[in-house]
Amino acid sequence: MKFLVYIETDLGDVVASSWEALGAALSLSDDVEAVVIGDRVSVAAEEAVERGAKKVYVVEDETRAMFDLERCLADVKNVLSMSGADVFLASHTNNGRDLAAALGVGSGAGVIADALELSLEDGRLKGVRGIYSGNILVDVTVDGSPQIATLRPRAFAPAEKAEGRSAEVVLVDPMDVDSPYEVLGVQRAEKGEISLTEASIIVSGGRGVAKDPELGFDLIRELAGVLGGAVGASRAAVDAGFISYDHQVGQTGKVVRPDLYIACGISGAVQHLAGMGSSKIIVAVNKDPEAPIFSVANYGIVGDLFEVVPALTEAAREKLGK
Amino acid sequence: MRYLVCIKQTPDTAELPKISPEEAASGKLSVNLVVNPWDEHAIEAGLQLMENYGGTTGAVTVGEEGAIDALRSALAMGCKDATLVKHDDEIDAWGVAELLAAAVRHDGDVDVVLTGQMTVDGNSGAVPVALARKLGWPVLTGVAKVVELTDDSITVERVVGQARLTVKAPTPVVVSVIKEIGEPRYPTFINIRKAARVKIPELTAEELGVDVPAPVVHMSNFRKPPARDAHVKLFEGTPQEAAAALIDALLEEKVL
Ligand SMILES: Cc1cc2nc3c(=O)[nH]c(=O)nc-3n(C[C@H](O)[C@H](O)[C@H](O)COP(=O)(O)OP(=O)(O)OC[C@H]3O[C@@H](n4cnc5c(N)ncnc54)[C@H](O)[C@@H]3O)c2cc1C
Ligand SMILES: Nc1ncnc2c1ncn2[C@@H]1O[C@H](COP(=O)(O)O)[C@@H](O)[C@H]1O
Repeated sequence: MKFLVYIETDLGDVVASSWEALGAALSLSDDVEAVVIGDRVSVAAEEAVERGAKKVYVVEDETRAMFDLERCLADVKNVLSMSGADVFLASHTNNGRDLAAALGVGSGAGVIADALELSLEDGRLKGVRGIYSGNILVDVTVDGSPQIATLRPRAFAPAEKAEGRSAEVVLVDPMDVDSPYEVLGVQRAEKGEISLTEASIIVSGGRGVAKDPELGFDLIRELAGVLGGAVGASRAAVDAGFISYDHQVGQTGKVVRPDLYIACGISGAVQHLAGMGSSKIIVAVNKDPEAPIFSVANYGIVGDLFEVVPALTEAAREKLGK
Repeated sequence: MRYLVCIKQTPDTAELPKISPEEAASGKLSVNLVVNPWDEHAIEAGLQLMENYGGTTGAVTVGEEGAIDALRSALAMGCKDATLVKHDDEIDAWGVAELLAAAVRHDGDVDVVLTGQMTVDGNSGAVPVALARKLGWPVLTGVAKVVELTDDSITVERVVGQARLTVKAPTPVVVSVIKEIGEPRYPTFINIRKAARVKIPELTAEELGVDVPAPVVHMSNFRKPPARDAHVKLFEGTPQEAAAALIDALLEEKVL
């Protein structure tokens, strides 16, 4: 089975979960190719080689600096026809999701969307995914060629780098397509800010910060900073205006999958759990010992977050030597 | 201007954990059904466009007879009309997109089709793009704000990953919104009364002249996810003592 993996780039940088898609492919096949589309992507292409792709198709052009559905789709279709891959994989990012949908619907091929696991059975790709917001798991197979899957970020181990690997790098001309999209402005998160979906550690705050929201989130941010994690929030905290929506975790926010999720002053409503229930380790800091969050948490401290969170920051600083 | 909002009737999110694998497999749910929460934001977006740029906003759903209730909710919020595309058989995202595309064409000169970001039951997030491809229209996903709508173009702010992009595209267009577009308004008393009395037109695939493609996504082995090891270990003592013990435990777990 030949796999083609889409390595998503953004202004030259690879979107980290792309390496997870490559890792998933390499765990199932030794015939794995990658396609890198962007502007100034030589480093990304090199890295795809180091991480084990057998062949890397590179579409490099100024017009590819930012993801454009129309152009990217045309390039991917072109590379697919050159590669003849049986399976196409991408990370289930916004762009990966849109690309896979456009590719699949165009040829009537199904998409295994947001897969948590992948395997091969009799030459057929089988995925496991959640439906009903993760409350039910199902096995999924798809008809059509290529078989397409998008992979939930942080659900698969990234392809490892190794030195001395070599691979054929094929430069592919960008397809000549008119895009209907005109980007008029770009505003980026500050450098160094960790994205929630890619974070391995998340510290989140809820309505429990209400008596002094500014101080509460400052304390949470400080702990996240010391741990090298990202800051999340419950919807109650977002709706109350304590923090912006892009931090919301849950049913109508982001679905996250960190190794460590620390919920501070969050009760653990099902809609919050829908976003963070598959974290590896869950820690709850809550003054109410009856809060439902304790029934999904691995560790907990019953207490006032305004005292406990700074104590955690202090202890972490000491023990991590920061 | 004409705006059409695609909505789906989905389980009340509070009841999602109650759904059994058998119910999920058969699609016959015993839980309370409401408008998919993301789609309430799409309705809100449609109503805002109507207020800011004139025209009318309609709602459309593909579903069984009971989905009429979701359409009544859209009317109660302020949509001017609603259409049920009745379909009872098994269908996947491409089938839904096919029917929605036909409904959009049937509607006439639609300028902006609005959708939610995803459904809380299917969770695919694929319908907006698929619908746009079927229509041959551009699609803007992750839309947090409509900056400007003109006779032939729309400018929006999209949130994509860690970036916020201002993007312009020609209309007609499919726009998939996120929560930031605005909190769904409450229905007014008068609209609820009116919505309850309206006769909601129904269309079928046949009437729309479409062949619904056979599903290409096959699901099996419906099951509950493994339960979390639910024995919480609590740390006691002063905040300092508890915190120190917790950090030790996390170091031992190798998550720090
Ligand atoms: C359609 C729909 C979608 C939703 N989507 C989301 C979503 O995406 N994300 C989400 O989070 N919610 C979502 N919700 C809302 C959800 O139902 C809850 O209302 C919300 O998660 C509650 O947030 P919270 O835990 O911060 O607040 P609360 O439930 O009010 O809990 C606050 C907690 O803080 C504790 N506390 C108070 N003071 C302190 C203190 N000083 N120190 C320590 N602990 C303290 C309290 O004991 C309590 O447990 C959604 C709801 C619906 C209906
Ligand atoms: N059966 C349906 N009828 C109308 N709109 C739908 C239907 N299914 C999905 N949609 C729209 O497509 C969006 C994304 O859904 P999905 O791709 O199924 O996660 C939803 O938020 C709706 O706006």
